[in-house]
Amino acid sequence: MAHQLKGSAAIVGTGLAGIGEAPGRTHLELLGEATHQALADAGLKLTDVDGLFTSNLVNFFPTLTVGEYLGIRPRYADGTNLGGSSFLAHAISAAAALHAGLCEVALICYGSNQKTGAGKLVSGADLPPHEAQYKPRYPVVAYALAAARHMHQYGTTREQLAAVAVAARRWAQLNPLAYKRDPLTVDDVLKARMICDPLTVRDCCLVTDGAGAVIMVRKERAKDFPRKPVYFLGGAAAQWHRQISAMPDVTVTAAAESGKHAFEMAGLQPKDVHLLQLYDAFTINTILFLEDLGFCAKGEGGRFVADGNIAPGGRLPVNTNGGGLSCVHPGMYGIFTLIENTEQLRGTAGERQVRGAEVGLCHGNGGHLSSQVTVLLGTDAAAH
Amino acid sequence: MTATNSDKPFEGPGPDAAYRAALKDGKVMIQQCNDCHRHIFYPRISCPHCGSIDLERKPAAGTGTVYSTSIVRQKPEAGGNYNISLIDLAEGVRMMSRVVDIAPEEVKIGMAVRAKIGELGGEPAVLFEKA
Repeated sequence: MAHQLKGSAAIVGTGLAGIGEAPGRTHLELLGEATHQALADAGLKLTDVDGLFTSNLVNFFPTLTVGEYLGIRPRYADGTNLGGSSFLAHAISAAAALHAGLCEVALICYGSNQKTGAGKLVSGADLPPHEAQYKPRYPVVAYALAAARHMHQYGTTREQLAAVAVAARRWAQLNPLAYKRDPLTVDDVLKARMICDPLTVRDCCLVTDGAGAVIMVRKERAKDFPRKPVYFLGGAAAQWHRQISAMPDVTVTAAAESGKHAFEMAGLQPKDVHLLQLYDAFTINTILFLEDLGFCAKGEGGRFVADGNIAPGGRLPVNTNGGGLSCVHPGMYGIFTLIENTEQLRGTAGERQVRGAEVGLCHGNGGHLSSQVTVLLGTDAAAH
Repeated sequence: MTATNSDKPFEGPGPDAAYRAALKDGKVMIQQCNDCHRHIFYPRISCPHCGSIDLERKPAAGTGTVYSTSIVRQKPEAGGNYNISLIDLAEGVRMMSRVVDIAPEEVKIGMAVRAKIGELGGEPAVLFEKA
């Protein structure tokens, strides 16, 4: 029997704002603009929103600050902070809250001015006390340690890591909104400034401004809106550690668990997925998640990406907006995985449209490979 | 019966303070669970493997292996490059540290290392040298 949350809610509006640089704008102004874009997309008003799901790296009480700013008095709110994967966890929480009748119109939103507002942004994250003393350059070094071990254990090469960045850039070149669209080669990535071995600056995500918003409602109302609804098919979160020294095996993430549970809820398998949006904070992420989510065997991710599978024209499109590596990365990226898959499943992704896309996988990462959240979205045909 | 911090697990200075005090005295102490017998790092109030509060502090052997390694790159005027490693101790626990006294480029995964107590940021720190 299908899980009760499968197909129970749908995304009916999305909005973006300040992608790249938005000088002179605060993070709440950007969040508000994205929210109004999403409401306009859905044909709803701010006063219709009664479920608020948000988190950020600035506000200690994110749902209180955002609720006050927008004038929302939510019947249900969730400000869980899992890092960049928060918004995927919020989508699961929103689906559950809608299904339980705790709210009618759920708003998931995020905004950051971390690029142009630099110097003002203070990350609220506490530093792990038994690591901080060694002055690890967070978050890069955590991912560098995972990449180094993956290379040692499986023969993954820096060229294969670079192939992830090149594929993301090729997708970005098809997306007019993407921040970085100039040509990028494997050689460019290898010769870029080394940050933490083996990762160069081109193995690392962008630092940009940006905001995103998503509106979700119950399936019964999903077809009453102007845009084609995109349904929640399944989702799950998993976590095995906080700090990188506590990760049991740095080559295996908790995506192996979140993905398994999300697929079980949706009654689907990796072979049913037409495209993926994977949180590519660093090039190693895409490789780890392709393996852990079941799209290739453990250790094969490097070869899989270097063979062109994930780039435009490949058999498994990944990060079709250009990802955090080339499109946008305003500190927390997760919400953009939901927005890009919605665009693709509506069939309105323009030049980068994946033909025949019915099921899209969104995957969020938070902390130091710590939080893993998988959400499967699908068209009406895939949901029912 | 040996003295364990589970005699009175919720009284006096906690396991974190005990660890830091021992480090100041030049000793690296690692907790071991008296129920599931696995070692624990960093020091905690209960065993993350089985939930037991019957934990005992024991001196670490001080030997280990580099599990993974990276180099934090920075300009010479900012202090230059330095090593960050994950070290698997003989007891089976892992910690972040630095392998020192050799160039960061020479630190390799699988390298045998030995603990020594140094200082970082004005506090005693467990560092490692090539064994």
